[in-house]
Amino acid sequence: MSEKFDVIVVGAGPAGTSCAYTCANNGLKVLQIERGEYPGSKNVMGGVLYRQQMEEIIPEFWKEAPLERPVVEQRFWMMDKESVVTFGYKGLEWGVEPYNNFTVLRAPFDQWFAKKGIEQGVLLITETVVLECIVENGKVIGVRTDRPDGEVFADVVVLADGVNSLLGKQLGYHNEFRPDEVALTVMEVINLPKEKINDRFNLEDNQGCTIELFGDSTKGNLGTAFIYTNKESINIGVGTTLSSMIKAKLKPYDLLDYLKTHSMIKPFLEGGESAEYLAHLIPEGGYHSVPKVAGNGVLLVGDAAQLVNAIHREGSNMAMASGKMAAETIVEAKSRNDFGESSLNLYREKLYDSFIIKDLEKYKDAAHTFETHPQYFKEYVPMMNRAASKFFTVDGTPKREKQKQIMRSITGERGTLKVLQDMYRAWKAVK
Amino acid sequence: MHIVVCVKQVPDTKIIKINPKTNTLDRRSAPAILNPYDAHAVQEAVKIKKMLGKGTISVLSMGPPQATAVIKKSIEIGADEGYLISDRAFAGADTLATSYALSKALERIAKEEPVDLVICGLHAIDGDTGQVGPGIARRMDIPPVTNVIEVIELNEKENTILLKRKLANGYQLIQADYPCLMTVGKEINEIEYSPMPNMIKAARYEPIIWSVNDLENVNRPQLGLKGSPTIVGKMFTPPKPEGGKRLEGNSDEQVSQLMELLKDKKELFFAAR
Amino acid sequence: MIEEYRGVWVFIEQNEGEIEGVSLELLGAGRKLADKLEVALTGVLLGENVKALCPEIIAHGADEVYVVDHPVLKDYRTESYMKGIMLLAEKYKPEIFLYGATPNGKDLASAVATDLNTGLTADTTMLDVDLEKRLLEASRPAFGGNIMATILCKKHRPQMATVRPKVMKALERDVNRTGNIIEEEIDLKEEDMRTKVLKNVKDITKKASLADAHVVVAGGKGMGDFQGFQLIHELADAIGASVGGTRDVVEAGWLPHELQIGQTGETITPKVYFAIGISGAIQHIVGMKNSEFIIAINKDPNAPIFDVATYGIVGDALEIVPKLIEQFKELRKEKGGEVSYV
Ligand SMILES: Cc1cc2nc3c(=O)[nH]c(=O)nc-3n(C[C@H](O)[C@H](O)[C@H](O)COP(=O)(O)OP(=O)(O)OC[C@H]3O[C@@H](n4cnc5c(N)ncnc54)[C@H](O)[C@@H]3O)c2cc1C
Ligand SMILES: Cc1cc2nc3c(=O)[nH]c(=O)nc-3n(C[C@H](O)[C@H](O)[C@H](O)COP(=O)(O)OP(=O)(O)OC[C@H]3O[C@@H](n4cnc5c(N)ncnc54)[C@H](O)[C@@H]3O)c2cc1C
Ligand SMILES: Nc1ncnc2c1ncn2[C@@H]1O[C@H](COP(=O)(O)O)[C@@H](O)[C@H]1O
Repeated sequence: MSEKFDVIVVGAGPAGTSCAYTCANNGLKVLQIERGEYPGSKNVMGGVLYRQQMEEIIPEFWKEAPLERPVVEQRFWMMDKESVVTFGYKGLEWGVEPYNNFTVLRAPFDQWFAKKGIEQGVLLITETVVLECIVENGKVIGVRTDRPDGEVFADVVVLADGVNSLLGKQLGYHNEFRPDEVALTVMEVINLPKEKINDRFNLEDNQGCTIELFGDSTKGNLGTAFIYTNKESINIGVGTTLSSMIKAKLKPYDLLDYLKTHSMIKPFLEGGESAEYLAHLIPEGGYHSVPKVAGNGVLLVGDAAQLVNAIHREGSNMAMASGKMAAETIVEAKSRNDFGESSLNLYREKLYDSFIIKDLEKYKDAAHTFETHPQYFKEYVPMMNRAASKFFTVDGTPKREKQKQIMRSITGERGTLKVLQDMYRAWKAVK
Repeated sequence: MHIVVCVKQVPDTKIIKINPKTNTLDRRSAPAILNPYDAHAVQEAVKIKKMLGKGTISVLSMGPPQATAVIKKSIEIGADEGYLISDRAFAGADTLATSYALSKALERIAKEEPVDLVICGLHAIDGDTGQVGPGIARRMDIPPVTNVIEVIELNEKENTILLKRKLANGYQLIQADYPCLMTVGKEINEIEYSPMPNMIKAARYEPIIWSVNDLENVNRPQLGLKGSPTIVGKMFTPPKPEGGKRLEGNSDEQVSQLMELLKDKKELFFAAR
Repeated sequence: MIEEYRGVWVFIEQNEGEIEGVSLELLGAGRKLADKLEVALTGVLLGENVKALCPEIIAHGADEVYVVDHPVLKDYRTESYMKGIMLLAEKYKPEIFLYGATPNGKDLASAVATDLNTGLTADTTMLDVDLEKRLLEASRPAFGGNIMATILCKKHRPQMATVRPKVMKALERDVNRTGNIIEEEIDLKEEDMRTKVLKNVKDITKKASLADAHVVVAGGKGMGDFQGFQLIHELADAIGASVGGTRDVVEAGWLPHELQIGQTGETITPKVYFAIGISGAIQHIVGMKNSEFIIAINKDPNAPIFDVATYGIVGDALEIVPKLIEQFKELRKEKGGEVSYV
């Protein structure tokens, strides 16, 4: 029988590594297993890393972590075919310590983060696939890998194996996704010279910008698209729920091509060369689809626990926070030397008291609402564009008169009552 | 039986893509790897150890501190110990200076346990000279056997090892007294998928790192750049031949023109291979 | 004193009384160097009962031959052969010493360079001398990049290099050439040898057959995938040619390593060489550029392979190759379908 560890963490993404790091940091014997050639080799992310949760694990990480740019501007675009209504915020306070968010590329970042874990004493093993959890009378006691003599054992196994968590499914904690529970996102990294990026996005060398795109960016389907600026490349991606893709008979990469050639987007990308192309699922189910997260000798963290905020495209932060909570739970369980479900359920409590579940719950009906009421994307966004156009076009009509016309045209198109209902529903969904 | 395998860290030339037009090479994404031939060398040591049911396998590398990565990789494959000699004094070595430094490290390793067998890769995919192995053998005054494609048997009573050595058009059956040194190519074995215990050991392993001061009676002028008789003179792009005629027209026309041109070569075709 | 060292030497590799082709090529190359430097060209021959080969060596350009004939030298062995070479080199001090880059040549040169404490350049593909400095300029493809590096050995003698087979040209055999044959005594005892050659086995591996093939069909990454690459095999079968490929297709696992052509593979000089879907990086070129008749098929009109091709076809291999296969099948029918041996 091969040696026994305190904790085995499956996966070296943000969730796995923050858990492994925190465990090791508390003196636990940790084995972390990653199937990729190196951490980050398989991982996809639009690229906004939220400072808060990362800093709770490694204070002032920005001093050494391989980050791209601190985000100083967040823009929101309501896109129509040949127009866009934009709003957003740019604040230079975000450009100085302690910063707000950063854009990152996952491959270098995950490697760096994993290295910090190793420095804490984590044993990281790559190029190794965990095939299944070893369960002995109801308790998870270790994992079986694809290597010879591949069984390893531990008091607790933490599943940080990502959104598609086969291991979680094997344990029956969550089942195959419903198409409306996951968004399929495709993204491309496009290399551009630093100067071009700075000019086109009106940035300094050490300033980044994110643009969230709604409306025609997804051809009016439920979903969002994004453009994030790295040092010398930009990430552009688009995602919609599987269900609406199926409904609209859309292929994800068609959607991305559509976006890249969109008259409002094209100028940003001019002359860039495509560096890599990635496709990935994001659980969009949010609150409703959070599975059982603690069992007898096992915990689920990050995407594996479906902890993603579809509306704000957050995930890595929840992944890190949940990983840390899992670690803290394990440390306490260790002191009690009880790794049973009831003992580990502490993690569930932590999770449900935290911003994570609170946020997910806040938005729990959003996705569903927008899914079942396409008008938000299909009709209001174009309306806004027409309205803005009317409003800003100088044609001698007095502004007050214009506003009347706009309101009339909107209510005219959908009828006053409907509009009011829609407003209320939307407000309820995201309040 | 103490086997020492010399392993080198090299840039992954599979990834280094050369743009034939600009003549430049794209190193951006080229990670450093264990020289593929050396991986087979370590694997062969593991096979021999299994064959005998006992023995120690040490790996030795000269390079920058990051080269510890290839030592850990060797541990994954099944090595027991790993030594890295790393020092400014070694930098810029050609094959002569490299074999000198490595032989000095081998002397030191032999102090821990006498060395019975040294295995090197046939060549390193970056420099690819294949000169370091035989060089080490000469300096240790042990017989080198290059291009070994099979280790047939090892006789511990007679201290002899029976080897197949590849030739241009065939092979030699060689019996060598050990201690001796052999260099191995890729044919000699298949790299096995490392078992989990090795992976854990490697993840934990701290290679032994020596500087020049840890080596004994070293003649410094023989090290690194100073100790390297060869230097790179000029670099140049080879004169471009003007190139031949292009066959014009659509594919059918091109093909028939070509067949016409090949007429007088008929006698070469349909021959036995 | 490096001035004491004079003369250009070539190691004459013989197997069972047969001189390796590369040794004759080196006599051709060495002749040029020796004439420039105005010194003698010397062949160095070791073996058992090999004296009979000396006239051949002179006929191919040597002014003199040092021959060490001894039973212990019957088969090549590093220890015995290097003893012979050391004996001669230390006694007669050549300034330049060339070896074929064969398994034995590389093995011997590496060992000798170590004991002579001098520089050795591996796998040279170009040779020249800087006259006033009397420096050997040994050039080889540099690591990566489509560039050559010239390696110099300024302060040590002899200047040694191993040279790729089939890149230099041998001289016409001229039986009227004359030269001296100097025999050297050497004292070797079999019982002192720490390696014994139990037997030599010739086996004509795929590799050997590729080396000797008159016609080679080589494919590159341009064939798209493993499936597409099968067209290369089909064409080769239709012609009765051997198959080769670039390193990238070997790395992709479409072809075994022994069929790789180029710097880290085989160097070949067939009469006809098809380069299909091959870009023509220098590491590949050095392995095939001396083929007699080179046909390149590539869809990129600027691919460097066209620079070394006798005839180039700009087009899609996946479209052209099947047509070629048809044509050759036709041709074969004309020839009565039978396979004629050459
Ligand atoms: C297109 C896109 C854009 C996004 N944008 C953002 C963003 O801007 N900001 C943000 O915060 N979040 C974003 N997210 C979400 C974020 O990427 C995830 O929430 C986060 O990566 C979750 O981390 P994780 O560690 O839980 O899972 P992952 O990062 O997916 O890590 C799982 C790891 O486990 C490994 N693994 C899986 N199975 C096994 C196995 N059987 N054995 C061994 N190893 C295994 C995988 O190789 C992987 O390395 C985005 C997601 C997508 C798809
Ligand atoms: C140290 C070192 C040693 C090396 N040693 C060797 C060696 O020994 N041998 C070797 O070969 N390489 C060697 N290489 C690799 C070499 O540098 C090149 O990378 C390699 O030769 C390229 O192989 P390729 O031409 O098959 O692929 P590519 O360079 O990708 O070329 C593919 C070509 O196919 C063409 N093409 C694509 N589609 C089609 C089509 N449908 N029809 C027709 N043409 C098409 C393209 O235009 C392109 O020119 C070495 C590299 C290094 C760094
Ligand atoms: N720096 C080094 N450290 C350890 N081993 C080396 C080093 N350089 C060369 N070798 C060994 O010598 C073999 C041949 O290398 P080379 O002569 O450079 O082609 C390699 O396969 C290694 O086994």
